[in-house]
Amino acid sequence: MIAYLIRRLLIGIPVLLGVTVINFFIINLAPGSPADLFLSPTATPEDVARTEAELGLNKPIFVQYVNWLTQLLHGNLGVSFQNREPVTQLIGDRIGPTLLLMGTSLVVAYLVAIPIGIIAARRRNTVVDYGVVGASFLGISVPHFFLGLAMIYVFALTLGWFPTGGMLTLGRGGGFADRLSHLVLPVVVLATAIAANMVRYVRSSMIDAFGQDYIRTAKAKGLGTSVITNKHALRNALIPVVTVIGVDLSALIGGAIVTEQIFQWPGIGLLTIQSIGARDYAVLMGINLIAAVAVFAANLLTDIAYAVVDPRVAYA
Amino acid sequence: MTDPLLQVRNLKRYYPIRKGVIARTVGHVRAVDDVSFDVYPGETLGIVGESGCGKSTTGRAVVRLEAPTAGSVVYDGTDIAGLSTAKMRRLRTELQMVFQDPYSSLNPQIRIGELLAEPLIAHKRLDRTAAHAKAAEMLETVGLPKLYLNRYPHELSGGQRQRVGIARALMLEPKLIVCDEPVSALDVSIQAQVLNLLKDLQGEFGLTYVFISHGLGAIKYISDRIVVMYLGKVMETATTAEIFAQPKHPYTEILLDAYPEPDPRLRDRQRIIVEGDVPSPANPPKGCVFHTRCPYTKDICRTESPPLADGVACHFPLEAAGR
Amino acid sequence: MSVTPLLQVDGLRTEFSTDQGPVTSVDGVSFSLAPGETLCLVGESGSGKSVSALSIMGLLARNGRITAGSVLFEGQDLVGLPDRELRRVRGHAIAMIFQEPMTSLNPVLTIGDQLAETMILHLGLTKAQARQRAIELLEKVGIPRAKDVVDDHPHRLSGGMRQRVMIAMALSCEPKLIIADEPTTALDVTIQAQILRLMRELSAETGTAMIFITHDLGVVAEMADRVAVMYAGQVVEETDVYTLFDDPKHPYTSALLRSIPHITTPAGDRLNPISGSVPNLLHMPTGCRFHDRCLQAMDRCATEPPELLPVASQHSVRCWLYDETEVPA
Repeated sequence: MIAYLIRRLLIGIPVLLGVTVINFFIINLAPGSPADLFLSPTATPEDVARTEAELGLNKPIFVQYVNWLTQLLHGNLGVSFQNREPVTQLIGDRIGPTLLLMGTSLVVAYLVAIPIGIIAARRRNTVVDYGVVGASFLGISVPHFFLGLAMIYVFALTLGWFPTGGMLTLGRGGGFADRLSHLVLPVVVLATAIAANMVRYVRSSMIDAFGQDYIRTAKAKGLGTSVITNKHALRNALIPVVTVIGVDLSALIGGAIVTEQIFQWPGIGLLTIQSIGARDYAVLMGINLIAAVAVFAANLLTDIAYAVVDPRVAYA
Repeated sequence: MTDPLLQVRNLKRYYPIRKGVIARTVGHVRAVDDVSFDVYPGETLGIVGESGCGKSTTGRAVVRLEAPTAGSVVYDGTDIAGLSTAKMRRLRTELQMVFQDPYSSLNPQIRIGELLAEPLIAHKRLDRTAAHAKAAEMLETVGLPKLYLNRYPHELSGGQRQRVGIARALMLEPKLIVCDEPVSALDVSIQAQVLNLLKDLQGEFGLTYVFISHGLGAIKYISDRIVVMYLGKVMETATTAEIFAQPKHPYTEILLDAYPEPDPRLRDRQRIIVEGDVPSPANPPKGCVFHTRCPYTKDICRTESPPLADGVACHFPLEAAGR
Repeated sequence: MSVTPLLQVDGLRTEFSTDQGPVTSVDGVSFSLAPGETLCLVGESGSGKSVSALSIMGLLARNGRITAGSVLFEGQDLVGLPDRELRRVRGHAIAMIFQEPMTSLNPVLTIGDQLAETMILHLGLTKAQARQRAIELLEKVGIPRAKDVVDDHPHRLSGGMRQRVMIAMALSCEPKLIIADEPTTALDVTIQAQILRLMRELSAETGTAMIFITHDLGVVAEMADRVAVMYAGQVVEETDVYTLFDDPKHPYTSALLRSIPHITTPAGDRLNPISGSVPNLLHMPTGCRFHDRCLQAMDRCATEPPELLPVASQHSVRCWLYDETEVPA
């Protein structure tokens, strides 16, 4: 197991390097220069050139990348073009709210999806099952921005139950209840897609488990339905479900960018959108790196979780 | 005596076991470990043994579906173990295989006629009409009506599919057919049909068989000579009559004793039932591989691997009086 | 009848709804079993032997149901019993062992846990008592290092060892009847010999009756007191094991016996196979279901289905050859 993890980590280094290379060049392919945005429309070409030189943008892309990488090895992600703050500082400020949003969404999604998936599996091919499958299909299909705007319209603007955005109400100190009420709508939006997907996984994986020989054995032992479901079937059904968690996390990162933008949630997602607008390459590279590391870590955790839930898995 | 059609010498097939950070090879599964035997033209050599004894791997190596790790497989004077793909392609027509599972070894998307004609078109460059005519003829040879040419494999029963499997093997007029558990997946009443068919075809076409099975009944019925394998090694080889009347290796004796003979009056016969499981071929016992389960184990068995001599690989072969 | 039967199956009929319409897998199966007796149900694929067993246990798949007949166990009809009450019988008075030892145990639960839960449920043992007894049971079925194995997961054990665990599980609540569905079919022949011997010893020791389902007449010869031969969803012959092998009455039984190779007798010239193939449940032949493969078939066999009728004491056959109401012309 340890050897396996070390091997995975070693393989991860070139993978992450590759990701940064691709990101770096794609970002630099984007038209326009950050310098255009800093300077007034009346700036002379000399002004632009000077600013680009200051930012290191006049060097060949390859050299720029090597410079970025050298800095990275010193633990330095560079400085934001926009406001000259260190990128690590910027990301550090924003990562807390994002983790809060993503974590809560993930927990809520699973708490909802697992029981619903089990119920659908137990009542498969009944009205209940068809309802669940239909609803999950809807949940997967509806885009984040649409659901987000609809939620704001109904629950914030029309009913006034929840705030339209932000993380806390300014001037009210941001107590627990206040933060919670700000959290509700974005979490619902983000959790919907995850839960909808997860329901389908849990359902099919429970149906599969119910068809296994060991379930027939459990029935032949005279065990009741709830023991068979919750002890014998669910433990096995969760094995394939665990593998989806890694995939979910990648989806969550994409979803968070849109959701944070809609709800003006002060997290990484919002920072990403702002930085794209400002052509803030340094910040974008930092965010990309963090995201890549997160996805990589999530997949590694998935593999570890796999070994934990399935006694047959032994990594060599 | 005529020359053997097939000579297998010191055949080995190891599969590496990889472990650690750089996945280096830490050991080998010794699926086949130093196996030698001869097959003479027109005879049936039975290979019998339990799961993990390497009988199927041996069979696959004989037709080069599996490249040997070491050793030679001399077919008709040519060592096919190291033969190039192009040269092997020519020999493929002479070496055919019939598989165990008539359900998964036939492509479900292809009609029986196409399935049978295909190798003829590819190997013998026959045109479609001629190949299909030959396919129809072959179906009748294996006891199926011609109209099955247009059927798909799933429309046939297990026994019929195995007949198709045999017909396919026969299409290229091979000399040697390796039958890997050809009746194990079939119903009891159908097994005899297929065994008889194999016997009839052997007479008709002068075929040579290597017949692999774990079923002693089928092995005894069809084989002229038998190789008994255990953990990748040959334990004993002799004629069918000798093996069943006078087994020399303790493992052969135990295998025969374990066979449930369809006669209730024999249920309380004197016999040896060994305890314990077959050890893993990844970590076979030292010395004689059977010593961990052998009722007659002595010290030398634990340290020295007995060579195959006089058809038996045992330090203390069973005497005539021993049984 | 000298003894009251432990189990009496009468006119059992089980149907499955499939995409191609309803299929009757078991059609009028009757047999009875005395306490301590071993009955072998022998037949080929589609003969209905496994479905009969699952019907007795009430373990049919969702699309299957019993449409007629009764299963009297100690005088109580198990057919139509509410699931709640059936659960008290399952694993307790009647236990079952399945064919596939590799998949019949739950891969994520320990051996001990799987053994203990039955005893906690049916015998009201505490966890500690159940664990202790689980270790004893594992020792009884010949598992070495039972104290360690009890905490292992099934994948650590070989097929033969897993089947021993299944046997231990079946014995755990001291059942009156064990139904074993092809318990050795997936095992190697030397392991099969071990398991068959173990099951014979245990059933003699505990006095447990057994229904032993197999397709292998050799296994029948090893295990059975009585035998019911099944073909295409029906019992075609039922008698004691010696009579069955010495004097089989039904043409299917005798043909089956002639088609299998023996190893202790000198090699015969040829096996005598049964022509044709096992009928498809969707297209069952009319009349006697074996008539199109039968060498002794008469005209009436193609049209009139025969009944299972006694030809001697304790010997019943479903065949027109033994019909005494009508003298053949």
